[in-house]
Amino acid sequence: MAKDTVKTVKGYSIPGEGSSVLISVVTVIALFTLWWTATHMGWIRDLFLPTPEKIASAFMAAMRGDIQGGKALPEHLLWSLIRVFSAFFLAVLTAVPVGIAMGVSRTMRGVFDPPIEFYRPLPPLAYLPLIVIWFGIDESAKIILIFLACFAPLAMAARAGVRSVTIEQINAAYSMGASKWQVVWHVITPAALPEILTGMRIAIGFGWTTLVAAEMVAATEGLGQMVLNASNFLRTDIVIMGIIVIGLVAYLFDLLMRKLEQILVPWKGRA
Amino acid sequence: MSILEVKNLSVNYAGSNGKNTLALSNVDLIMQPGDFVVALGASGCGKTTLLSCIAGFMQPSEGSISIDGKLVHGPGAERGVVFQKHALMPWLSVVENVEFSLRMRGMGKAERRAIAMDKLKLVELEKYADSPIYQISGGMQQRAGVARALASDPAVMLMDEPLGALDALTRAHIQDLIVDLWWQTQKMFFFITHSVEEALFLATELIVMTPSPGRIAHRFKLDFSKQFVECRDSRAVKSSAAFIEMRETVLSLIHDAPGTHHG
Ligand SMILES: Nc1ncnc2c1ncn2[C@@H]1O[C@H](COP(=O)(O)OP(=O)(O)O)[C@@H](O)[C@H]1O
Ligand SMILES: [Mg+2]
Repeated sequence: MAKDTVKTVKGYSIPGEGSSVLISVVTVIALFTLWWTATHMGWIRDLFLPTPEKIASAFMAAMRGDIQGGKALPEHLLWSLIRVFSAFFLAVLTAVPVGIAMGVSRTMRGVFDPPIEFYRPLPPLAYLPLIVIWFGIDESAKIILIFLACFAPLAMAARAGVRSVTIEQINAAYSMGASKWQVVWHVITPAALPEILTGMRIAIGFGWTTLVAAEMVAATEGLGQMVLNASNFLRTDIVIMGIIVIGLVAYLFDLLMRKLEQILVPWKGRA
Repeated sequence: MSILEVKNLSVNYAGSNGKNTLALSNVDLIMQPGDFVVALGASGCGKTTLLSCIAGFMQPSEGSISIDGKLVHGPGAERGVVFQKHALMPWLSVVENVEFSLRMRGMGKAERRAIAMDKLKLVELEKYADSPIYQISGGMQQRAGVARALASDPAVMLMDEPLGALDALTRAHIQDLIVDLWWQTQKMFFFITHSVEEALFLATELIVMTPSPGRIAHRFKLDFSKQFVECRDSRAVKSSAAFIEMRETVLSLIHDAPGTHHG
């Protein structure tokens, strides 16, 4: 039959449809090649951008603890992870209920809107000194700083997510004998979940951004501290290595969150 | 034995520019078990407003709604609602949606699952119990909505154009199914549509509504649904001379009604 000889066509598609993974891989390889060429041809001085091999050996040295301060990379990484994630989970536990309360209650919105909207656009470095004065220079100050960075976007996301519920869904729940609290817990919260998960991705990004600022507060370990310390000694190789490690860890977590989205909210955008 | 009474109901919506809408004016209605009341009328004649008042989603400006003499003040599980857009919870599977009212009441998992499966069988959806809501067709979603409303064993079923968005074949099939449900359960049904044929086929009491102000202009006692229960042939019922004659009567009433907007 002619079935196989007739050329196939694509159906309608929206702009930007299809996988972009291959293009991304090519882009990364191209950037890497450019880096390698630029450093090996001597277009850029070593102080500004060391060769990839130097970064690799800085990584090996850091793994052994063979850097300024004497602590190994896994230890720095572990401390940073503990700080970012404890602040992040604390923010999820508090900001999500606050955001939902703001979405469903006029009073709560009136109470929480001014403080959150006021501090949200402030750069963390601006209120860092205040936090040090209030909470000292130990772990709690660092965690509070990252917590504050995560809190606002999470609360905003949960509040916006409340709007995803339809009035029919709420009326239906009341008609099925649900109480107001049951509507909040069994209807509004799950309806807000897709936005909350998006908020979590944004919040953890803010968390990593604030990490370096937090670790400027008299830390002796942590990725941010490692990078800052290296910059004092003009060790560009360790600075870049640290940046790459932070970037990769943040990226891995984002992949994890996307997977979690597929598992938890498969209905997103389809209902 | 229960009785639902709508007495002298009026609803005046406040408009933003000071222009109010009298969506319902002095509406009276009495329903008893086994009554299938269909409200028919063009868009904007107050059908949804009337259903919302009975469901308890809103309070009327005047008049009252009572069940067995007890005034209705808000939504309740003795009045099940089926919406035009399904309003199911997409984070729950079909059977979990049907179980919702029982779960809210604190019923144990095994017991509520058994009841929900029972209701799903009534709407021929038991094979799709574990499917996600967003993967079943529009007709199935509406049937799931019906099963969900049935789960709390309400005295009244309130349905607002539940079949409005479906294709003709699916629609006719679900109409048959609803008549069977009504006949088996002998519950009160209050059903909104703007399809004359659907109204005639389902109703034991047809109320024809006209807009501005929304009111009941005509009432008819019908028995086409009982004919279907006996002969099981909906096409025969819908093409009978009596049915066609009634359809013409009602159509002319709707078209000649003052204040009706065509198109
Ligand atoms: N929430 C509301 N606020 C103001 N006017 C409304 C509201 N809901 C409905 N109306 C008006 O009331 C009238 C009846 O509406 P509705 O009950 O939805 O009619 P139907 O369901 O028959 O189409 C319409 O004129 C509509 O514009
Ligand atoms: Mg309507």
